[in-house]
Amino acid sequence: MIQSVETHPTLAEAQRAMGSDAIFMAGGTLVMRDVNAGVPARRIVRSTDPVLAHIRLSGDGVAIGAGVTMAMVAAHRDLTFLAPVARAIGGPQIRNMATVGGNLFAPHPYGDLAVALLALGARVALAGQSGAARPLADVVRDRGRVGLVASVQVPRPQAPADFGFLKASRIKPKGVSVLSVAAHLPRQGGRIRGARVVFGAMGPTPLQAIAVERVLDGQNLDAATIARAAQVAVDGLDPPTDALATAWYRREVAGVHLKRLLERMARS
Amino acid sequence: MAKTPVVFVLNGSERAAFAAPGQNLLELLRRGVGDLSPKYGCGQGTCGACTVAIDGETHLACLTLAESVAGRRVDTAAGLASGGQLHPLQDAFMQTFAAQCGYCTPGMLISAKALLDRNPTPTREDVVEAISGNICRCTGYEPIIEAILVAARGRERA
Repeated sequence: MIQSVETHPTLAEAQRAMGSDAIFMAGGTLVMRDVNAGVPARRIVRSTDPVLAHIRLSGDGVAIGAGVTMAMVAAHRDLTFLAPVARAIGGPQIRNMATVGGNLFAPHPYGDLAVALLALGARVALAGQSGAARPLADVVRDRGRVGLVASVQVPRPQAPADFGFLKASRIKPKGVSVLSVAAHLPRQGGRIRGARVVFGAMGPTPLQAIAVERVLDGQNLDAATIARAAQVAVDGLDPPTDALATAWYRREVAGVHLKRLLERMARS
Repeated sequence: MAKTPVVFVLNGSERAAFAAPGQNLLELLRRGVGDLSPKYGCGQGTCGACTVAIDGETHLACLTLAESVAGRRVDTAAGLASGGQLHPLQDAFMQTFAAQCGYCTPGMLISAKALLDRNPTPTREDVVEAISGNICRCTGYEPIIEAILVAARGRERA
């Protein structure tokens, strides 16, 4: 039962107000569900810090404030590479509310943006920590213990064709993920260097497909390479069974969807 | 538990109500100020029956903290008709039989209005996308899509 709602003008103050009895609320699409269902937390902590809504270019990347919504991502001229991902999340109302920071903590089967950000090698700046931003992979792994997210620093793909995202859902245009997959395949002289492939809804958090990345690295994105990548798609993944699909089904189709994504990227 | 006074503009008129800690906007609208047009469907952001516009953007009232609308403009389906005249969207919903049980209709109308305010000449795909966060379980989507397109064409002629 919520006893109080505390709204702080800066994220630093909100960070200091947190505690084991508090839950931080941004867009509310995850937290209010729990509050409506009688969440055990006693305090809601919020922040109106304007910095949370900033989108700033910095070098080869872009820093996205944790409070930026999916609708803002979809509409921003410097985030065209992420727009298809943001548009694949929820319906228009959810996109007007759900935030980038919140998506990093979204439980299965949500969190499609985090899948894309992980594939892009994003880093996370935490409130009250002046040191280097942490790799998103660490934050996703240590969910619940990392603190408040200030912004996400996203390297921009050198060429639009280097990055691709696919979401498989049963209901269109709005449906939650049976699975999602994002691939960042930087190419030098036609060959892939530093492949990153991440699956969503194929484990408790977004998971990197290390076996797929090993197959792709150093290769051309040709039919034979794509076929080999699809064969190892589920190595190291741990898909759950839920109302949308069984673990067996997810294993069966993961390679098919990965193949479709890679074929689309090879054509572009 | 201290309640928080929330002053906001509802359908053009200033309103005030007390929000309990953690209360959602849907409860504040229905119980606090008596606007029964937004409906309670799922309470978890899936159905869209509680859709309202906050400062012109569609939001789900069940997932919006009531006190977060302080000082903001909230528009619901109850504010669409004016001076005894139905809004063109409401008229079009009647013409095309786009409401059977009517439970999803207030949310559909708000999503449709947000679309037409932004894009007065939408394609069918634009309409489908705009109402993709609103679930209808009895009328069927075709009459609803048709209604929104009819209203858009009516606006074009006007």
